[in-house]
Amino acid sequence: MAKRKVGQQTIKLESAPYIISSYSIVGPKEGSGPLLKYFDSIVQDDYFGEESWEKAESKMMIEAIKYSIKNSNLGIENIDFLLAGDLLNQLISSNFAARALQIPFFGLYGACSTMAESLSLGSVLIDGGYADKVVCSTSSHFSSAERQYRSPLEQGGQRPLYSQWTVTGAGATVLSDIGEGPRITYITTGKVMDFGIKDANNMGAAMAPAAADTIIAHLNDTGRQATYYDLIITGDLAKVGMDITIELVKTKGYNIESVYNDCGSIIFDNKKQDTHSGGSGCGCSAVVLNGYLLKEMKKRTFNKILFVGTGALLSPISSFQGESIPCIAHAVSIENDLRV
Amino acid sequence: MNSWMDTKEYEKLVKENLPKANTFKNSIYAFIFGGFICDIGQLISKILKDYGLTSETVASFTTLIMIFIGAFLTGIGVYDNIGRVAGAGSIVPITGFANSIVAPAMEYKREGFVFGVGAKMFSVAGPVLVYGISTSVLIGLIYYLLYY
Repeated sequence: MAKRKVGQQTIKLESAPYIISSYSIVGPKEGSGPLLKYFDSIVQDDYFGEESWEKAESKMMIEAIKYSIKNSNLGIENIDFLLAGDLLNQLISSNFAARALQIPFFGLYGACSTMAESLSLGSVLIDGGYADKVVCSTSSHFSSAERQYRSPLEQGGQRPLYSQWTVTGAGATVLSDIGEGPRITYITTGKVMDFGIKDANNMGAAMAPAAADTIIAHLNDTGRQATYYDLIITGDLAKVGMDITIELVKTKGYNIESVYNDCGSIIFDNKKQDTHSGGSGCGCSAVVLNGYLLKEMKKRTFNKILFVGTGALLSPISSFQGESIPCIAHAVSIENDLRV
Repeated sequence: MNSWMDTKEYEKLVKENLPKANTFKNSIYAFIFGGFICDIGQLISKILKDYGLTSETVASFTTLIMIFIGAFLTGIGVYDNIGRVAGAGSIVPITGFANSIVAPAMEYKREGFVFGVGAKMFSVAGPVLVYGISTSVLIGLIYYLLYY
C-alpha cells in the first residue's frame, strides 16, 4: 500500500522539498513584455551567438541550469540529478545541455507540461531519499518550434486569432532536501485527455480539458477548496484555453475564477505584441514560474500556488494524419513555510 | 472517448470562446494589397511594352520581375510582415508563390545545400506545383481530344 499516495492521482510529499533557487532567461520579445523586470537574463539576439536556433535554445537551457545552481551556492558536482525536457524532436535541447553539464540526467517529454513534470519527479526523488539536490529545467524557442511544427518564419500569412506564440526562453529550478524557500507539498499527476480537437493552432482548447481534470483531481484528492490557494496557474492555455477551463471546471461544481490565471496569458501583451491568444511552449511556464511566480512568493505576494503545467502531446505527423490532440496536465502545489 | 462531455458538446463550448476573425476588414485589406501588387505588375508590363517588346516577351518579363520582387522582399524579411496584414492579398499573386519557395530555402540553409535548401525548398510550394502541373496536363489532354 503506497503510504504517500492521497486519493486517485496525488502524492503527498512528507518531506516537502525546498525550492532553493531558480533562474529564468528569455528572448527579446519576452524581454519586452509585461514581465520583463522578473527575468534574470534577457538575450537580445534570437541566435544567442550560435549558428542555429536549436543550439541557441540549448545554450539558454545550459545558462539557466548553471546560474540556478550558482544562485543556490552549490557546485555542479553537488547536484544528484538533472531532469529536463523541451519540444524539439528527440529532446535535442535538453540532451545537448546534459552533454555539456555532465550531471546524471533524465530526459522528459511532456510537451509544455514538462516543467511541472520535472518538478513532480524531482521532488519525488528527494522525498524518497534517492537524491538531495535536483535541478529541473525546460526550454523552448519560437523559431526552432515554428520550423518543427508550423511553417518557415519568412513565409507571409496570417495566423488564426486563437493561435499562440511559442516563448523563447528557459527556466531552471533547484530542489533540495534542506534549505530555505517555498516547498513542494503535493503533486497531482494528470491523465491524458482528448476531447477531439484536431486543429493544431487551437492548443488552448485542446489542453483545457486536461487542465480542468487535473485541477479537479487535485482538489478532490487533497480535500482543499480552490480558494485555499492564492493562485491556481496553468502553463500555457492562453486566453482561449483559460476561458474554456473556467467553464469546464464549473460543470463539475467547482469555481476557480477568483484565484485562476495562466502563464501564457500574462507573459505577453497580446494586443501590442501581436501574440493573439498568448504564449506557449515549455519555456513559457518555466520562465513565468522561475521568473515571476517564485520571486513573488519570496516577497510573499503569493504564499500558496498550484502550478499546473499543460502539454499538447501532438506531433506534426499525427496532425497531418488527422489525429486529434491528446493533452496532459500536471499539478504541483508550492507553498511558503508560514511558520518561519 | 470521455464521459465528461461528448465531442459535439465540447466543440460548441470551444466555439463560444473563440475570438471572431474580422472577415470584412481582412477582405478589404486583401483586396487593397492584392490590387496594389497587380497594379505594380501592370505598371511594369506597361513600361516594357513602351520599350517595344512583343506581348509574349512582356508577359514573361513581367512575371520574372514580379517573382524577383517577391523573392527579394522575402530575403530582406519584409514579405512576412506584408503577409500578416494583406493575407490572401499577398499569397495569391505570383509574388506570394516566390515567397513560399524562398522562405523555406532560407529557413533550412543551416541543414546544408542538399538536405536543407535542396530538399526543403518546395515543402510549401510543392503541392501547388504537383497539382498545378497535373491539372494543366489533364486539361491539355481534354483539349486535344476535343479539338484534334
